[in-house]
Amino acid sequence: MAALRRLSLSSIPPLRRIVSRSFSSASNDDQTLLTIETSVPFTGHNIDPPSRSVETTPKELLTFFHDMSLMRRMEIAADSLYKAKLIRGFCHLYDGQEAVSIGMEAAITKRDAIITAYRDHCIFLGRGGTLLEAFAELMGRRAGCSKGKGGSMHFYRKETNFYGGHGIVGAQVPLGCGIAFGQKYCKDETVTFTMYGDGAANQGQLFEALNMSALWDLPVILVCENNHYGMGTAEWRAAKSPAYYKRGDYVPGLKVDGMDVLAVKQACKFAKEHVLKNGPMILEMDTYRYHGHSMSDPGSTYRTRDEISGVRQERDPIERVRKLILSHELSTASELKDIEKEVRKEVDDAIAQAKETPMPDPSELFTNVYVKGLGVEAFGADRKELKSVLP
Amino acid sequence: MAAVLQAAALLMGSQTDIKRFRLRSALRSAPVRNEGFFVVRTNGRLSTTSGVMPRRAKLIPNAVAAKADTTTTASSADSKPGHELLLFEALREGLEEEMERDPRVCVIGEDVGHYGGSYKVTKGLATKFGDLRVLDTPIAENSFTGMGIGASMTGLRPVIEGMNMGFLLLAFNQISNNCGMLHYTSGGQFTIPVVIRGPGGVGRQLGAEHSQRLESYFQSIPGLQMVACSTPCNAKGLMKAAIRSDNPVVLFEHVLLYNLKERIPDEDYVLCLEEAEMVRPGEHVTILTYSRMRYHVMQAAKALINKGYDPEVIDIRSLKPFDLCTIGNSIKKTHRVLIVEECMRTGGIGASLRAAIIDNFWDYLDAPIMCLSSQDVPTPYAGTLEEWTVVQPAQIVAAVEQLCK
Repeated sequence: MAALRRLSLSSIPPLRRIVSRSFSSASNDDQTLLTIETSVPFTGHNIDPPSRSVETTPKELLTFFHDMSLMRRMEIAADSLYKAKLIRGFCHLYDGQEAVSIGMEAAITKRDAIITAYRDHCIFLGRGGTLLEAFAELMGRRAGCSKGKGGSMHFYRKETNFYGGHGIVGAQVPLGCGIAFGQKYCKDETVTFTMYGDGAANQGQLFEALNMSALWDLPVILVCENNHYGMGTAEWRAAKSPAYYKRGDYVPGLKVDGMDVLAVKQACKFAKEHVLKNGPMILEMDTYRYHGHSMSDPGSTYRTRDEISGVRQERDPIERVRKLILSHELSTASELKDIEKEVRKEVDDAIAQAKETPMPDPSELFTNVYVKGLGVEAFGADRKELKSVLP
Repeated sequence: MAAVLQAAALLMGSQTDIKRFRLRSALRSAPVRNEGFFVVRTNGRLSTTSGVMPRRAKLIPNAVAAKADTTTTASSADSKPGHELLLFEALREGLEEEMERDPRVCVIGEDVGHYGGSYKVTKGLATKFGDLRVLDTPIAENSFTGMGIGASMTGLRPVIEGMNMGFLLLAFNQISNNCGMLHYTSGGQFTIPVVIRGPGGVGRQLGAEHSQRLESYFQSIPGLQMVACSTPCNAKGLMKAAIRSDNPVVLFEHVLLYNLKERIPDEDYVLCLEEAEMVRPGEHVTILTYSRMRYHVMQAAKALINKGYDPEVIDIRSLKPFDLCTIGNSIKKTHRVLIVEECMRTGGIGASLRAAIIDNFWDYLDAPIMCLSSQDVPTPYAGTLEEWTVVQPAQIVAAVEQLCK
């Protein structure tokens, strides 16, 4: 069968797959269900890991391809914009790690909450943010998601429960546990994915928050995006035990191949079900970032270029999905190229549009410092209402 | 129309029970304030507009514009005005009422639940509201403050207690970056309606680390509001206002003031967070103070009155932002200012207040602003030394005498 044609690129480990679908060579319809095995099995700590076989549909795979390409394109465009000095300050790029965001979104709803640190552009996009809002915020324009007042590290989207966007390493973890507390308090039956990096995994407040979450069975999933470098420090130089999924001790953990979008999807789905019944869980996503820590870091002083290109060839998330699509003949190579061109155009259009938007008005300097400009309705025991408005 | 005239007449003349007016500072005309205005809405829908308030007008205590002794409200109120309680009970009452009123209000802190609070402010609340709403946390200030802030982003209104204000230094990052700034950096998307409260200040030989005054450290954090309570009456009112406010509020209590007893009204009341309290009107000098120093100042005031001075004492209550309206009107009257605070001299509330007064009211000052603060030393354990780190009434008397020379 054509579907079993072997792939030509030799350096990748063979993708094992079990194809179970009705015979149809150009099937793009939703009815077909594909069962694909993840690249590596999950490793569990204090928990039985989920199965390696993930169910997906052709439509989903193509959506994965499109969305991940969009994110990749956005980050590369942000790189050029930074070098053109349109984006200033700090800019932390997520290319290489797209599978974590996309896989997570595929497993959850927009009512579940996500909170992350400063590498938030793609997660914002995954949560329903538009390219225009993202680029406008990066360039400090009024049309940005935080009205230009937040910047690269402060993307937020309240409607779809994206809680940001935080600059201080590790500080978002207690916040995330607090969001889960709020969800439990209001009996929402939703969960919070609190994301942090391998660098933040050594923060004390993480363990404090984990203790409290486990104590009160909060529906929080701590996701460690382990890209193996805390800025310039490799994980083995910063952590005595780099097995971050085991660090919860009494809290169960799962190690996931973060470059495999289907594995991420499976793990997040599993985690959500587990956590709603049993309290917190740690997911360690084994992922990689191609850029340096931020735009001011070349990314090559602490790791070799061979390592970076090696990961790009062997484990790139977009390439993996492309191979899946091609091997299952869900689309042709030229169609995928078209998607990439379309994505590129979309990003370029968004940038052009964002460049046209105005900078914030100077009066915006003072808005949103306080809610409602201070003041709460005060009244005395005699029930007179006294409202004062300060100049 | 008749109602308006009647109400206006009462505004001019009535002088009823002084106790009622301790709830708020007297309304003053505000000729310098171009944009601000007071709106007092009585049940009769009287509302005055900018600048047309008579000087020194007192609020009408009765909603009904009739003689005080004929209405039932007045008579029942006069015979038994309120109930007596201690400051920590007043705080608890305020907290309890707000928790009953709004199911989203919850308390987070160490030993607030089963233990009842280290200063008994939350005593009995856990049995009444349950363990989730009065949450006992492990000793992890940084993260439970962060958790409270995260919970408030989802819509809850947590009251975060630091067992001692000094312990909240461990949560400084959360308070400064997340609490104060999230509303701004998210472009207004998220509000953080938390109340962070706890006892601070110099106690009775508690040692250096347990006698800290954090007002000075928090005052520059943008987006935060700070208030300091000093009497059971304003403690309850400020607690309620802080919980209802959509802004993050830090409520500073004082370790030594928890057992103050006072009679407070039975009826519901909420005080204004940004307003200062006129403790004693006067003519010669304006003394600005807050928290425990209010009592040292009043003690000194007794001595000063005997010596023939007439100090005007204002409890500023709102540490951020300052109530420059009340303060300014007072300075315009007396032209002399003395600030008495428990904060350190360097970078304290007094230092900021001095700068604010100089910026705004320089032309009205007849003498340099004097500021009495605590010494810039860690609070020693020995009783005699500790006494000397804090401002004592005798020093206040001497300062006023020097100021009024």
